[in-house]
Amino acid sequence: MSDATTTTTKTTARPATGTSGGEDGRAPTPLGRAAAVAAIPKRRTLWQVIYRQKLALTGMCIVGFFLVVALIGPFFAPHGATEQFSAFRLKPPSREFPFGNDEFGRDVLSRLIYGARISFQVGIVSVGISATVGVVLGLIAGYFRGWVDNILMLFMDVLYAFPTILLAIAIMTALGSSVVNVMIAIGIVNVPTFMRVVRGAVLSVRNQTYVEAANAIGASTGRIMLLHIFPNITAPLIVHVSLNFAFAVLAEASLAYLGLGNKPPSPSWGSMISSSYQFLQLAPWAALFPGAALALTVLGFNLLGDGLRDALDPRLRSEA
Amino acid sequence: MLKFILQRVLLLFPVLLGVSLVTFIIVRSIPGDPVDVLLGADRHTTQEQRDAIAKSYGLDQPMPVQYVKWLGHVVTGDLGKSLRTKRPLTQELRLRLPVTVELTLLAGIIGATPALIFGVLAALRRNSTFDWVATVGTLVGISLPNFLLATVMVLIFSFKLKWLPPVGYTPFTKDPVMNLKTMIMPAISLGLPLAAILMRFTRSSVLEVLNQEYVRVARAKGLSQRRVVMRHVLPNAGIPILTIVGIQLAALLGGTVIIEQIFGLPGVGRYIYEAIANRDYPVVQSVTLVMATIFVVVSVVVDVLYAVLDPRLRTR
Repeated sequence: MSDATTTTTKTTARPATGTSGGEDGRAPTPLGRAAAVAAIPKRRTLWQVIYRQKLALTGMCIVGFFLVVALIGPFFAPHGATEQFSAFRLKPPSREFPFGNDEFGRDVLSRLIYGARISFQVGIVSVGISATVGVVLGLIAGYFRGWVDNILMLFMDVLYAFPTILLAIAIMTALGSSVVNVMIAIGIVNVPTFMRVVRGAVLSVRNQTYVEAANAIGASTGRIMLLHIFPNITAPLIVHVSLNFAFAVLAEASLAYLGLGNKPPSPSWGSMISSSYQFLQLAPWAALFPGAALALTVLGFNLLGDGLRDALDPRLRSEA
Repeated sequence: MLKFILQRVLLLFPVLLGVSLVTFIIVRSIPGDPVDVLLGADRHTTQEQRDAIAKSYGLDQPMPVQYVKWLGHVVTGDLGKSLRTKRPLTQELRLRLPVTVELTLLAGIIGATPALIFGVLAALRRNSTFDWVATVGTLVGISLPNFLLATVMVLIFSFKLKWLPPVGYTPFTKDPVMNLKTMIMPAISLGLPLAAILMRFTRSSVLEVLNQEYVRVARAKGLSQRRVVMRHVLPNAGIPILTIVGIQLAALLGGTVIIEQIFGLPGVGRYIYEAIANRDYPVVQSVTLVMATIFVVVSVVVDVLYAVLDPRLRTR
């Protein structure tokens, strides 16, 4: 509910027209303009939006850095993720092992690099799941309203009533503990917030003149939803995707911390922190480095999402 | 108004019914035989004995029957018994709920106090250095996983300074000082991210009110900044802030799993977590339902309060 109150109310103005219309931004909503035409300049605009917002840019740099680490880091990792150097158990950072060694003598830096992969994999897939389901359901609920909306919202209220982490744990236990199931569990848990954001946005867009016009010339429901409504709700959606990434990465780490999902020898930031917790006094680096990586990644996504929100939300932008 | 309240309250029932159904389905699709849980370490049993045990717990009946029976018991206040300890859940909850509630309230106090003060200040000094620092600070706060905070605090306050115990719990009634000592780190771990969320919200809702016509009017008629803020801004911004505090606290109640686990607190979160790991079906089912009920009821109460406090909502 906290999400809904902060994100659903802003929607009508779209990023595409913002930059062409000048600094103050309150550009009138494009009337009958075909969404497809607007789609090309919009991509550039989003980039410009990010570039202008210093915080968003910082966030993007952090996220970009860790994404690169996740993608190609493992090729450059100094050691294997599960390689054990028994002589170096719990040894502090050294030249050969810049982030120190854990309780099995494994290289913390290498594990951290491999761990980035899990974080991003889970983040991308689970956000993909919740965004897809949330967008479809949100479009349907917001467009048709009435009993369809009521039933869908009721279902979302039910999912929302569960304590998030407990629901994820329960789903994980039922499905079995694996990385794929972590993605599914986090994906399911996040559907309600996505759906609320999308639904709210759709509700404010669906009565615009261009939707009415599309309706009048006989466009099909699917066409209206995809080509006329969807392109106009992307602003809140993009913000929510970014913020949700932060949540998904955090949730993965939390589940891994509890020993769910990622199987032990293979590294995940959450499990690295929990397994080295009992050696905290002897080797704090084994917990603190993955902790810092995790916090930085989540911060990156939050900065990005927050900056985008400020930039894309006309309400916050134009006031004195 | 009455209609609105009635509507919200009536909507509680389908939601809770849904919650109970979803819980039941998830719990019962957890692989493993509950009879094994009941037997514990004792594996030398014949099939007949196992069947008898299953029967005595009603586990031999079809799922829908089990569901309806469970629901019937829950509605009458009988939450059932733990398969493992065989203790009634109501008794167990009476011991554990206070721990979690105390933790949540402490976290709420630790989180809300600075959040409200700094949030209002940041909004009033919009775009100042203070605002910028506060904004970045909240983003950092939101991004810090609570278990990382806990880890760092244990490292500093337990291992380096040796001020606080890293693990353990003392009931408040036994030794209030020791109780606070065991609770303070868990409460901060939960409270700091909460503070960040609340501060962001406070800032944006104060900003929103500052932009209203009536604030401009109040300024135009020559009221001092102090009076404008006290009389016009805070009461109006306060309503949504209070609702968020309520919802966040209710949500926190179910989000204490990891922290209770780290600090060895015998609260509800840890109880459910252990029950899931042990496949203790009745515990997971009933306690999850209780937690969800608390959350849903709090959000309805908050909704209704909002409507009562904000006259604009009454006509809708």
